[in-house]
Amino acid sequence: MAMLHLVNKSPYDGCSLNTASTIMKDGDQLLLIEDGVYGAIKSGKAAGLLKGLKVAVLGPDLAARGIAEDKLLDGVDVIDYGGFVDLVTATDNVQSWL
Amino acid sequence: MSDVKKFMYVNRKAPYGTIYAWESLEVVLIGAAFEQDVSLAFMDDGVYQLTKGQNTAGIGMKNFSPTYSALGDYEVNKIYVDKESLEERGLTLDDLQHLVWEDEDEDYAEKDSIRLVTRAEMADLLAEQDVLFNF
Amino acid sequence: MKLTIQVNEGPYQHQSADTAYYFAKAAVEKGHEIFRIFFYHDGVNNGTRLTTPPQDDRNIVNRWTELAQAHNIDMVVCVAAAQRRGIVDDGEAQRNGKDATNIAPGFRISGLGQLIEGGVQSDRLIVFGD
Repeated sequence: MAMLHLVNKSPYDGCSLNTASTIMKDGDQLLLIEDGVYGAIKSGKAAGLLKGLKVAVLGPDLAARGIAEDKLLDGVDVIDYGGFVDLVTATDNVQSWL
Repeated sequence: MSDVKKFMYVNRKAPYGTIYAWESLEVVLIGAAFEQDVSLAFMDDGVYQLTKGQNTAGIGMKNFSPTYSALGDYEVNKIYVDKESLEERGLTLDDLQHLVWEDEDEDYAEKDSIRLVTRAEMADLLAEQDVLFNF
Repeated sequence: MKLTIQVNEGPYQHQSADTAYYFAKAAVEKGHEIFRIFFYHDGVNNGTRLTTPPQDDRNIVNRWTELAQAHNIDMVVCVAAAQRRGIVDDGEAQRNGKDATNIAPGFRISGLGQLIEGGVQSDRLIVFGD
């Protein structure tokens, strides 16, 4: 079974991304949304938490926050809300790390 | 007749500072009637919800912590507590309420509802759920 | 797929109500069925018809009403959470002696059982909150 993990808070504001990264198993998918997208910026300390994980970010939330895609960690997929829906149907359950 | 689903209520927030802990418990109590395979997970600050000795008189809020001890009567007896979250907060099992349930298959023997789990065990538990409620 | 969406936060205060809306919209556009959108905690505040957001800003409540009407989506506001926060329909006004109602079109007030049922009947539950 593959889980979809949603993180919507900045990693510098609480432990959600940290806890999520310790729970994720092989094959699981992480989707950063809302303020969670800050976690995917490669120059940030939190980028280390994402090592080895399958990560996607919501493009509209990146753009809203003025984060250019070239600032992101390599291998992070930028998706839209349609892509978000596809991730929900492609995985077996959804854990929202609020 | 649909299959029974695995429902998990995930609790990661401390009590009283916000309403999530209490309103989450309200869902658990209502949900108990739907005969699904129910479990609760307490992680991060959620572990604080289960501590003993809560006295809310001074803050004027209802002390809802006794409700956890009623969960056994609602057949909610799989309460998983993340060891790492406890340790991080300087807590042990002794700091938590002693929650029990009565196993009617074993002459109503009283058993512990709280199961301490490692992060890896918690990961396995989350992965096998059909429905994950978060608050 | 059949989806149930849980919205835990009110309009404007958190982005959750917006993200939930865009997710729901994308889901129906892809041909999925939204079994129910259940509003809990401060999420019940998405169901008041008395908001007057600035003209140049999105109208979150109306947007929900329009989405629900266009796609026949069941939008439920939790009764216990609504009572705490003052979201009232005719039934609640009568039962609790309130002199006004404020529920927005397309929303109905009902019990937590509706959320559980959503979990039972749907293929996926997605929670949006803080």
